[in-house]
Amino acid sequence: MIEGILIGLQTALSLKNILMVMMGCFFGTIIGMLPGLGPMTAIALMIPITYGFEPSTGLILMAGVYYGAVFGGSTSSILINAPGVPGTVATAFDGYPMAQQGKAGKALAIAAYSSFAGGTLSAIFLLFAAPSLSKVSLAFRSPDYFALMVLGLTAVSAFSSKGQFLKAMMMVILGLMLATVGQDSLSDITRFTFNNMNLTDGISFVLVVMATFAMSEALTIILKAKDPSRATEQISLSQLGSIKLDKDERSKMLKSIPRSSVLGFLIGVLPGAGATIASFLAYGMERNYVNEEEKQKFGKGSVHGLAAPETANNAACSGSFVPLLTLGIPGSGTTAVMLGALLGFGIQPGPRLYMTNPEIFWSVIMSMYIGMVILLILNLPLIPYIARVLATPRNFLIPLILFFSVTGIYLMSFNNFDIYLMIGIAVVATFLRLYNFPMPPLILAFVLGGLMEENLRRSLLISDGSFNFLWDRPLTAIILAFTISIISWQAYKSFKK
Amino acid sequence: MRISTDKIISLLFFVLSAFYLYQTYQIQVFSFDENAPFNAKTFPTFLAYLGMFLSTLYVALPERNPSKVDHKVLDYKSTLYLIIIVTIYGFVLLKIGFFLSTSFFLFFSYYFLGERRWIWMLILSFPFVAMFMFLLHGLLDIYLRDPFLKMLGIIG
Repeated sequence: MIEGILIGLQTALSLKNILMVMMGCFFGTIIGMLPGLGPMTAIALMIPITYGFEPSTGLILMAGVYYGAVFGGSTSSILINAPGVPGTVATAFDGYPMAQQGKAGKALAIAAYSSFAGGTLSAIFLLFAAPSLSKVSLAFRSPDYFALMVLGLTAVSAFSSKGQFLKAMMMVILGLMLATVGQDSLSDITRFTFNNMNLTDGISFVLVVMATFAMSEALTIILKAKDPSRATEQISLSQLGSIKLDKDERSKMLKSIPRSSVLGFLIGVLPGAGATIASFLAYGMERNYVNEEEKQKFGKGSVHGLAAPETANNAACSGSFVPLLTLGIPGSGTTAVMLGALLGFGIQPGPRLYMTNPEIFWSVIMSMYIGMVILLILNLPLIPYIARVLATPRNFLIPLILFFSVTGIYLMSFNNFDIYLMIGIAVVATFLRLYNFPMPPLILAFVLGGLMEENLRRSLLISDGSFNFLWDRPLTAIILAFTISIISWQAYKSFKK
Repeated sequence: MRISTDKIISLLFFVLSAFYLYQTYQIQVFSFDENAPFNAKTFPTFLAYLGMFLSTLYVALPERNPSKVDHKVLDYKSTLYLIIIVTIYGFVLLKIGFFLSTSFFLFFSYYFLGERRWIWMLILSFPFVAMFMFLLHGLLDIYLRDPFLKMLGIIG
């Protein structure tokens, strides 16, 4: 492991990669701050740029963007009560009241310190958990992988749908259907191409991500005619207040950080959970831990109430890399986007990544820690200036998002068809989002579609067409039991209502 | 009887799944693969039936909290304008080149979204695109087709 850490440090500490982490953190923070634009959009916008780099550099850049975007989301949560990312919704519960009391600077500082501590502790957990999980995951066979992917998709649907499980499951099927367009990987038979040559290679992953997130996000903002950035014009730098914390605030923050880090990391590891669930659970857990007097402050500017979700959401970000790096199965929509990018580099994440590409495996883990340090160094002094980005008028912001989306696709394919297809998918996605059909399950399904079909093929061939493979191996049966319990829980919840 | 838009979308999803199933049966698999435990049709067939099952379930089950969309506050006009402008942009991008098409796209998008600060509109269109092109073409060596700039002799 020491050798691996050294390899990782060597790669992550190269000048180019440090610059990438810095760039990633900076742009991620800015994009994450803009309401509606989360880490998924930020990473999607970066993918076309990363294709010019080595895989480890590209992944380091995306990891930086991820952390930056999560932190950026906190800034808009605290300053204008408009979370840029779902994972920072809980941050607004106490962060925004603090800002209203003239303590915006303190709130942003607590968010920065907590994010740093949560991310750092979970990077250490990841350092130890990932290699051992890699070894365990070598025991996984095709039926287990297939069952695990079904579990991941079910879990993402259950957690991202806000009580609309069936809608999320329909999005999963739609994502899997889109993934089947093009040549069948084994027989090379073309499917669902309608004799269109442009579809022979399938639909590009970047195209689907750009359409369902960046472009549809821009269209949704216009459609809903909201302009949260205008609210920030009211915030002047003098209103941010001091960013220095007193002894009492520091002590409260330090109490919340360790427990929220552990919880955040463990939640992040679970397929489908991620930063949003982690931050809400940490907020709830923290409320139960504190004394009665502190409990009354929750929702009115509590330091515990701000530090806990902020720590947990960053810890969950690191945690979600565990299933991605060790099993090749993304734990969240954002890591699904990163999996797609890795596949684009020709790298298949999974248990063997640890052995075949140790520099990628370790450099990502090490760059996470470096990313945390850079995020803190960059964001603390820049807080007053970064906050000004929120004032970018919508009239300029939206066309620029559309421009980056179209250019990203154009640079990949140099043909009009992909642009039209992206516009078409974006329009449908905008309409579906309007009616609360969630997009993360669609993306996760689209990314996993090919792998899922491949593993189902192997499993069925091994079992000679029988579905016994689903319960022949204890591991497969256990994973399947989890899936069934999630479905049963969702069914119970909807009937209970 | 009033049917919610959510259920109409689910019905459309049912139709899509049925069409997908029809298309699945049109896939020509190799004759030796026809009776194999798994061929190019197998996975799509599962998906089609699952899609039909889920949409039927959504339509059949009582709706607890249907989505409420207030169409009066939605700005369809600007959204439609923007979609048309992006489509035109996609159409002319290869024909007149990256620089002019992108600059005009940005300029008109700002205008249609109600922006009237002409200086900023100009700065964030033509010079901005020129800088972006310099970054891609000049620094990162990424090819951008541009007949207009080629005609002017700016790019090769």
